[in-house]
Amino acid sequence: MRNSSHPITNKQKLSFTFNGKKYFGYKGDTLASALIANNVKIVGRSFKYHRPRGIFSAGSEEPNALVELGDGPYKEPNTKATNIELFDGLKGSSQNFLGSVNFDLMAINDLLKNFIGAGFYYKTFMWPRRFWEKLYEPIIRRAAGLGKLSLKADPSHYDKGYLHCDFLIIGSGISGLMSALLLAETGSEVLIVEEDFILGGRLNSERLGINGKQSSIWIGQAVKKLKSLNNVRILNRTTVFAAFDHGIFAAIEKKTDHILEKSSKPRQINWKIYTKYCILASGAIERSIAFPQNDRPGIMLAGSVRTYANRFGAHYGQKIAIYTNNDDGWKTADDLKNMGLEIKAVIDTRKEIEAPSSSISSYLGQTITKTYGRKGIKAIKLSSGSKLNVDCLAVSGGWSSNIHLTCHKRGKPVWDNIYKNFLSVDNAQKDKIIPVGAARGIFEIQNIISDTNRVILSLIKKIGLSMPNRITLTSSKEQYSCSLDLVSSSNPSNSFIDLQNDVTQKDIELSFREGFKSVEHLKRYSTLGMATDQGKTSNILGLASMAKLKGTNISEVGTTIFRPPYVPVAISAFAGRSKGKDFRPTRLPPSHNVAFKRNAVFVETGNWLRAQWFPEEGETFWRQSVDREVLQTRNSVGICDVTTLGKIDIQGKDCLEFLNFVYTNAFAKLPINRVRYGLMLREDGVAYDDGTTARLGENHFIMTTTTANAALVFRNLEFVRQCLLPNLDVHLISTTDSWAQYSVAGPNSRRLLQKIVDKPKDITNANFPFMACRELTICGGVMARLFRISFSGELAYEIAVPTQYGNALFDALLSAGKEFKAVPYGTEALGVMRIEKGHAAGNEINGHTTAQNLGLSRMISKKADSIGNMLSEREGFNGSNIATMSGFQPVQRSEKLEAGSHLISAGKTPTMENDEGWLSSVAFSPTLGHYIGLGFIERGKTRIGEKVLAVNLLQNKTTEVEIVSPHFVDPEGIKQRG
Amino acid sequence: MLIDHPLLGLRDSSEFIYMGDAKLLNRPNWKSKNSKTKFIDYGYLRKNPAGVHKELWYHEQGDRSWLVVTRNTVTHEILKVELARYLKRKANAK
Repeated sequence: MRNSSHPITNKQKLSFTFNGKKYFGYKGDTLASALIANNVKIVGRSFKYHRPRGIFSAGSEEPNALVELGDGPYKEPNTKATNIELFDGLKGSSQNFLGSVNFDLMAINDLLKNFIGAGFYYKTFMWPRRFWEKLYEPIIRRAAGLGKLSLKADPSHYDKGYLHCDFLIIGSGISGLMSALLLAETGSEVLIVEEDFILGGRLNSERLGINGKQSSIWIGQAVKKLKSLNNVRILNRTTVFAAFDHGIFAAIEKKTDHILEKSSKPRQINWKIYTKYCILASGAIERSIAFPQNDRPGIMLAGSVRTYANRFGAHYGQKIAIYTNNDDGWKTADDLKNMGLEIKAVIDTRKEIEAPSSSISSYLGQTITKTYGRKGIKAIKLSSGSKLNVDCLAVSGGWSSNIHLTCHKRGKPVWDNIYKNFLSVDNAQKDKIIPVGAARGIFEIQNIISDTNRVILSLIKKIGLSMPNRITLTSSKEQYSCSLDLVSSSNPSNSFIDLQNDVTQKDIELSFREGFKSVEHLKRYSTLGMATDQGKTSNILGLASMAKLKGTNISEVGTTIFRPPYVPVAISAFAGRSKGKDFRPTRLPPSHNVAFKRNAVFVETGNWLRAQWFPEEGETFWRQSVDREVLQTRNSVGICDVTTLGKIDIQGKDCLEFLNFVYTNAFAKLPINRVRYGLMLREDGVAYDDGTTARLGENHFIMTTTTANAALVFRNLEFVRQCLLPNLDVHLISTTDSWAQYSVAGPNSRRLLQKIVDKPKDITNANFPFMACRELTICGGVMARLFRISFSGELAYEIAVPTQYGNALFDALLSAGKEFKAVPYGTEALGVMRIEKGHAAGNEINGHTTAQNLGLSRMISKKADSIGNMLSEREGFNGSNIATMSGFQPVQRSEKLEAGSHLISAGKTPTMENDEGWLSSVAFSPTLGHYIGLGFIERGKTRIGEKVLAVNLLQNKTTEVEIVSPHFVDPEGIKQRG
Repeated sequence: MLIDHPLLGLRDSSEFIYMGDAKLLNRPNWKSKNSKTKFIDYGYLRKNPAGVHKELWYHEQGDRSWLVVTRNTVTHEILKVELARYLKRKANAK
């Protein structure tokens, strides 16, 4: 029902639907307050027993009112009605029911309650084991579950942001706003983060006066002042959900959740906040009391009943009773009475108190032993035997400081016996998280005002900032004391401790009986305090119950700690913009535009997008293109973009010593204008990477690495330079993106290049032999580097120009090559030709193989120390039995080979014991007209000509292959030297 | 975490690559006695204490410095951050 004189009724009227029915609310409502105003009592079904449940709280501690919002791909399950800002057109619905929420077929579980208590899954569904995945789990998941996902991709946009400040203030209640005002005065950067859509925190829920006026007037003034300062930033609708090391916090800002229209603007922003200090003004959360049937719709936290009445003018029913173990419950009675509602009674568990209000009928020292009304509370029965008819029961078990975030770095809360509350005591020093106000365990407003002044001013003094004046505020006086009467003794199977997980007092007793007595065991056995609310309203009840069973007190029992996130956060918010094509950047090689125009087929290699082959008209199958590219390169000339190979520019007086150390083979005598192939090992002796290094000058070298290892090799070179050989004069810079580099391969490659270089004579075979390199100019003055190296085995060059000329050079090479019918070729032809030539690549240097395996053991120079040199001598890496790289071809030439096939001696069965090696790379060789492969087989070098079996058990295929030299094409290297 | 880079000040740990135990700085001399055993220890035996630990961090998304960070692995408190290059040079000078 709505109090028609409440100011909210002057606001804009909003219509919304819940479970398909249309209702009205006002701007400023939450979905929960609007449902209460419309007297909707059942909003959901409980997790396990499917009992009807209603709204319980007024904030993110809500255990019951989980609803699905929106529809289609926008549907979001498990949102808390208490946190949802009402907007015109909102569509909400209940979840976790079969049939309708008012008549849930799954409520049968409630009758079975005695059989499905804590630990029920562990005990019942143990056997037979194979039934678990197929039968038990799907049924249980369907029955006990929360909302359902739409299973469609979330079309909303999300973003990430970074904020830096000196003081992060979490919460904008009175202590948060006071802290902000004081700290802003010091000139520091202040960031205020408020979960609610309005500022003021708990003050909005109270009738308390500040400076003799309504607190909203002071809030307005404070916010206006703060907004006028340019060193203050305020984020509302934003929840800090995690605290990390060194002053880093994560917060989720809801940007458009309260707007119906979907826009291209981000729905939520995941903020990473860097701060020097955090002022935790997160207030306190009220806890419940466990008593029989304490979960009926209409039973709510007393402070929340007060919130709905004071802030929203909304309430259930006309006959309200309050059940409390502390002074705060009486405040709810006062406020509701002031609204003109009938207070049936205040039942206070404490006997020895003086009733704070004589005009309200009270029952002191009594408990509630029974409640009535399955779909909405109708009556309560007291321990004295009297029965009262009520339509709303407000329960207060006292307040717990909201110190969730102080636990994220394993801060251990300490029990405060005065206010019956866990406090964070060590975090202020250690983590610079400073609780103020109710979060610090101060519950009376006059004390909050003086204590916040004291805490913040002493912090400012300690840091040494300019001292502001203390804030003088007057307020009404409050009194708060609390007992620990949290659990009743009768009917434990109906006394709910944790509403979200349907954990009853009986479950706690069961845990105790079965030996799960420590709080960590209790939590995991009973699921107390798990799920979306993390037991914000229930943990203390469970601990009190366990303490009672153990005959001790809560401070002895201790507490589990909270973990991030404070509230559930959508996975999409963690992804931000990093999804689909934006997951990571795409690197385009310089010839991309030319390749794209020529309809190249592309392949992703790491972040690079490389041309895989260039189909020509009439070619319908990829091999047609690849075979043509290979043959045309071998017969005339082909051009391939090899920019993606890592390029590292190395300069300094000591480069040779450095190269000698990072490569296994000797570099000390590499002359200027010469290139050398180099092999790198890991320190454990396994082959790591290979490439060429060219010496362009006395102290200037260009190293190339494989595409895949470009960043890693660079990192390791820096490690050697800084951590192992720091006295050498060596400087490194990655120039992979600075130079476009093309392979020009084939018998006509020299003739083609001679058309491009400015001095053709410079590159004759005599002046520029195999493994030569030099800087020169091309196309009338463009600086370039030319390397005479060959991956294909042909007469071949690699030519590099500054990247901005890359696209033009690719075009220029193709035009100049027209008379030779030059072809562009892609990564497939590149791969085929290197297999034909017998060059190892990533499939061979795969992190498992050694120089010995690769047949490169003679490259390990024993004259000087180098990375991996020592451990390459290990016994297991050496000896006559090791697998060495060999070539393989099918005995029946028409047969296809499969990479990954295991090699077995002829006549043996394909078992692990008989496994002698594997095929690492295979290709159809258009040059030879049949399949060829590279692979590793024990004693390969001595077995040339032997026929073995290549067994592919995945395809159930065995092929007879012949062991041959890995160099299928031009084994003597005549072509590349020609 | 924030790492107080000796040259660049506080930097977010996400800019770094973590390499573990800083003993990797002490690569054995290949000509010393039992050098193979020493290399095996060097390559395979790392400390992983719950408490104060000297570890290597590489500022890959930054200035490419290798840093030796003295960090309490339990509390994540960072006690000292040094340039590995300077440390190693100092050690070499001895």
